[in-house]
Amino acid sequence: MPNVITANRLIDGVVVYLAADGSWVEELARAAVANTEEESKALESEAAKAVAERRVVSEYPMAVGFEDTIPVALSVRERIRASHRTTLTEDWYDVPL
Amino acid sequence: MYRYDEFDHAFVGERVSQFREQVERRLAGKLTEDEFRPLRLRNGLYLQLHAYMLRIAIPYGVLNSRQLRRLAMVGRRFDRGYGHFTTRTNLQYHWIKLVDVPEILSALAEVEMHCIQTSGNSVRNVTSDPFAGAANDELEDPRPWCEVIRQWSTVHPEFSWLPRKFKFAITGAAEDRAAVLFHDIGLKIVRGPDGENGFQVFVGGGMGRTPYVGLEIRPFLEKRHLLSYIESILRVYNLHGRRDNINKARIKILVNQMGIDKFREAVEADWEQSRKDAVDLPAAEFARIKSYFTPPDLVAGPIRDEKVEQRRITDPVFANWLRNNVRPHRVPGHCIAVIALKEPGRTPGDATSEEMELVADLAERYSLDELRVNYTQNLVLPHVARADLVALYDELAAAGLATGNNDLLGDMICCPGLDYCNLANARSIPIAKEIAKRFADPVRQELIGPLRLNMSGCINACGHHHAGNIGILGVDKKGTELYQISLGGSPKDDAAVATIIGPGFRAEAVPEAIDTIISTYLAKRSEGEDFLATWRRIGAAPFKEALYGAA
Repeated sequence: MPNVITANRLIDGVVVYLAADGSWVEELARAAVANTEEESKALESEAAKAVAERRVVSEYPMAVGFEDTIPVALSVRERIRASHRTTLTEDWYDVPL
Repeated sequence: MYRYDEFDHAFVGERVSQFREQVERRLAGKLTEDEFRPLRLRNGLYLQLHAYMLRIAIPYGVLNSRQLRRLAMVGRRFDRGYGHFTTRTNLQYHWIKLVDVPEILSALAEVEMHCIQTSGNSVRNVTSDPFAGAANDELEDPRPWCEVIRQWSTVHPEFSWLPRKFKFAITGAAEDRAAVLFHDIGLKIVRGPDGENGFQVFVGGGMGRTPYVGLEIRPFLEKRHLLSYIESILRVYNLHGRRDNINKARIKILVNQMGIDKFREAVEADWEQSRKDAVDLPAAEFARIKSYFTPPDLVAGPIRDEKVEQRRITDPVFANWLRNNVRPHRVPGHCIAVIALKEPGRTPGDATSEEMELVADLAERYSLDELRVNYTQNLVLPHVARADLVALYDELAAAGLATGNNDLLGDMICCPGLDYCNLANARSIPIAKEIAKRFADPVRQELIGPLRLNMSGCINACGHHHAGNIGILGVDKKGTELYQISLGGSPKDDAAVATIIGPGFRAEAVPEAIDTIISTYLAKRSEGEDFLATWRRIGAAPFKEALYGAA
């Protein structure tokens, strides 16, 4: 199953995803997607490096689906993380299911 | 209220410096996350879904306006302008940056606040009656004893590595407003055989995965022996409590596995041989602590105020607030006002920095600078003159803080759930908001009568769902949020664990299910019966049938 690497930024805890250029971005849409085990391993070792460099913490691979070609989170938890939002607004289901 | 002395200031100041250095070392790579995690947790700092969360202790829910203003400042400057009051009467900020925490802790220390033991396997914030020192049904003010336990338990070397966290609650009133029987140790101040006050001691209550109502371990304990006796309880737990399984590590599991009689024997045996003289608080030291809680010099006034009576007749919304949110004070002519953080649309327990500042101003003007946090996630002004009620109400109403639903259906307890919390399996805030919307009509809420609706987003039960007359628990079932409803719990003197009523509901079906439960109750209740009494009389069957159809 295609996956990306997510983590929290060390200094402020913000949810981030590993991008293809090795940077950590807040938009899931810009995350590097691994489609094979080999690609997954490459992303994981890149992430381990970022942990050692104290850029991120709590890193883990996360399964994604696609809308067109854009990666999207599958579980409710990951949709909430990817949205960087909570229910401060008044709408029922601020984060659409 | 208690004020720090030189020792307290130096102690908290030292902790701030230590943590500043620890954060610096973490950022400089001298500490790994595994090394840093236990250090940050010792200072109430969690890493959650979207950011760090900082939990600030509000000892037994007591605050002054200077402290609340400081909390408002922290929210505005370091968070997103709001905070969340919890069922432990603490305040959580959910959008904190690690790099800011040392500065926040410094700012808190200046107003005699800290985050020590708001996390970890230690003695957590002691909770108490939010009306302590003001209630008209109080035998004795429990706050000096709360402060004694706070000082005794803070970085107590023997109890800093307990098998699991440990929670105390104390009340000195006839009515339990602190869910005392759902605590690891619950203490009720009672009158003893010779007319002296002492403690009725309960042990092994708790919620979480395995809920239990606390059991009486001692019907009467002389006050002077409080510390040696609770130390013996903690020692037996520390020695025999399980450490191999986090789900079986709370004292409630030990008490229920040993049986209360055997557990009591073990405690009494330890207590018999303990050095009570070395542990119990000297009378002079208790007198010193007690002096911080001297009752305010209130002059008794008339219990009827013309302005209040006039407004009551002409303004039904004010009358609703007066009936539900204003409680009797021990001094005639005064009352206790509950400020509900529960109007429909609000996340239960959330307050913005502006609201905190307003409430701080009101506490200064109308309540002798005193404030309380209730475990039901509301704020309380404990000493309001009846003659000031109309003015107070108008200022609260203008700010959206005068919702008159205290202890009614809209006064829901709700944990942060999956919108913030790393442990959560499902969201709770959106469900609470939707239920609040459906039951927004204050007339209907009053018709339904007293009702405690509690909701948690996971089995850890921060939202006290087991103790709700109606409890809702969010679970994750194969990637879908599902909500289990239970009925018949009570956090009061008749404490009971709620019973799961049947299969769970999808999020969007929960408000309708609550409506069905309420309609069933209204159809079946006898004259003057509240929800709990009806449940106890008719049992689960009518509710099951209404929710799931005939079996």
